[in-house]
Amino acid sequence: MSTPIISFRDAVKVFPGTRRRPEVRAVDGVTLDIAEGEIFGVIGYSGAGKSTLVRLINALERTTSGSVVVGGRDLTGLSESQLREVRAGIGMIFQQFNLLSSRTVAGNVAYPLEVAKWPKDKREERVRELLEFVGISDKAGTYPAQLSGGQKQRVGIARALAANPRILLADEATSALDPETTREVLRLLQRVNRELGITVVIITHEMDVVRYCCDRVAVMEHGKVAETGDAYSIFSSPTAPITRRFVATSLRDRPSDETLARLRERHPGRLVVVGIDEVTGSTRAITQVFRDQGVEPAVVYGGITEVAGKPYGSLTFEIAGPDDAVAAAIARLRDVTAVDDLGTAAAPAVEPADTEPVETDGRSGPPRTRVIGAQDYGMLGARGARLAGPDPLIIEEDD
Amino acid sequence: MGFDWSTNGPLLWTAAGETLYMVLITLVAGGFVGLTIGLGLYLTRAGNLLANRIVFTVLNVLINLIRPVPFIIFLVALGPLTRLVTGRTIGIEAFTFAMCVMASVVFGRLVEQNLVSIDPGVIEAARAMGASPLRIVRTVIIPEALAPLILGYTFLFIGVLDMSAIGGYLGAGGLGDFAIVHGYQQYDWAVTFVVVVLIVIGVQLIQLLGNTLARRALRR
Repeated sequence: MSTPIISFRDAVKVFPGTRRRPEVRAVDGVTLDIAEGEIFGVIGYSGAGKSTLVRLINALERTTSGSVVVGGRDLTGLSESQLREVRAGIGMIFQQFNLLSSRTVAGNVAYPLEVAKWPKDKREERVRELLEFVGISDKAGTYPAQLSGGQKQRVGIARALAANPRILLADEATSALDPETTREVLRLLQRVNRELGITVVIITHEMDVVRYCCDRVAVMEHGKVAETGDAYSIFSSPTAPITRRFVATSLRDRPSDETLARLRERHPGRLVVVGIDEVTGSTRAITQVFRDQGVEPAVVYGGITEVAGKPYGSLTFEIAGPDDAVAAAIARLRDVTAVDDLGTAAAPAVEPADTEPVETDGRSGPPRTRVIGAQDYGMLGARGARLAGPDPLIIEEDD
Repeated sequence: MGFDWSTNGPLLWTAAGETLYMVLITLVAGGFVGLTIGLGLYLTRAGNLLANRIVFTVLNVLINLIRPVPFIIFLVALGPLTRLVTGRTIGIEAFTFAMCVMASVVFGRLVEQNLVSIDPGVIEAARAMGASPLRIVRTVIIPEALAPLILGYTFLFIGVLDMSAIGGYLGAGGLGDFAIVHGYQQYDWAVTFVVVVLIVIGVQLIQLLGNTLARRALRR
């Protein structure tokens, strides 16, 4: 990675306690690099410290210890007026939009330009350009109270982009929006990233947001980064338990315990969950296995979606045929992709997954450490009660 | 028994003029100082833009010391300071000065209460855009709270009119004095009635004006 545009080194933010509440270590030793030009997601439950983390980037909060370097400039030790300069070069949008209700749409977008002391005619021109970019030119003269949530966030984005920032911070920017509007806003953020080359940092508690548009992601818990990686590998091979919980909320391709019970009533035969990922690409290889072994597969459950623009998901098949042919088919499938054998209704597989690796070992490469276990999403899916289960096993894979 | 316009009419207008004088000066001075105190309280409150416990505590205690004192007692208590500033302890200037002090404190608290309701997210957004505290006060805090501030100011007007009624106590004249001296003490109910009607009409007009302006300021 080239020089990161944002770089945390052991950053800590402690909110001192008062008589009424104890001190809070909101950010607790975070070391993280965000590269120029990427869309970086920070995901975590509320209270995980992600909002505080993002506020360290534009120094709305100052670090208690450690450092934050933004665009090559160490924010620690800068004076308040120097920090204002830094802030003016970073755009920010918010969950509740935070538009000035006393100003029109155009007035809101012009605000950062007034702060940056742009002359009036330049301001007007820039505001027009920005409203055009976010697609609400016709709303220039209206007040925020008359806009829908999606329109308000568009104004928020236009305002955040006004002073030509290199970084855009999105703090739960879609959490107050419906799914359709969320998509529109995320598409807009992607345009901001691709067309304007602005680095976007997205704070969210929704894995769908990460799945839809993030290049890389950091998962936060208790003020610490639990896991960092590119979005696809976070989905396909999550290691931290918290990450698995998040992945399970986003992909619902694997049957839950209740669904499985219903499936077994309708489909008493051998049920097998087959993973579809970047390597398998499609079901072609899988179909070939079934054909070769002369078994009859039927898709009974599943879903294939895109994660970071690559295919990802699973299909649950009921396989009919002679027992040995079915067993052979399953064995062959394991060479092709990740397989989770659920057994039959009469003889359900008893946690067969516990000792098996998640993914195919048909890939070359250095030995990888894979963490699996009863609560491993990759094996058993989102079985609610299991998610808080015992520590996962660690298996060394060396192929 | 009707209102005797030939003798009481001119006295009434003089009294109304005195009241207007006291009230307007107090509204201007008290409004300005009160806004400053209110902003000071709001900004220095813990967790806010210029959080400062010492300044906050001083302002807070000052307000809490002055505000509960009944105005008629406060007039007397303020005597030494009134003399220092206006040179006298009686008369319309002395009385107006005392009104200004009390109005500043009352309005200061009103302003603070109205500002507390501002969405802190909007202020954070302005900070994130690199705005300085002074700019935030000017372009965010006051405009965002303008409607309640106008209503608070309207409320102040009525409070100040109320205070001005005891102007006669310090020989400052005004409508209150007129109603007591020429109405109550002369058993002339018509005088009291006319004064009451005049004040009610004045208050209604101001309230109407305040409501209209506040509605305009409220962009909802």
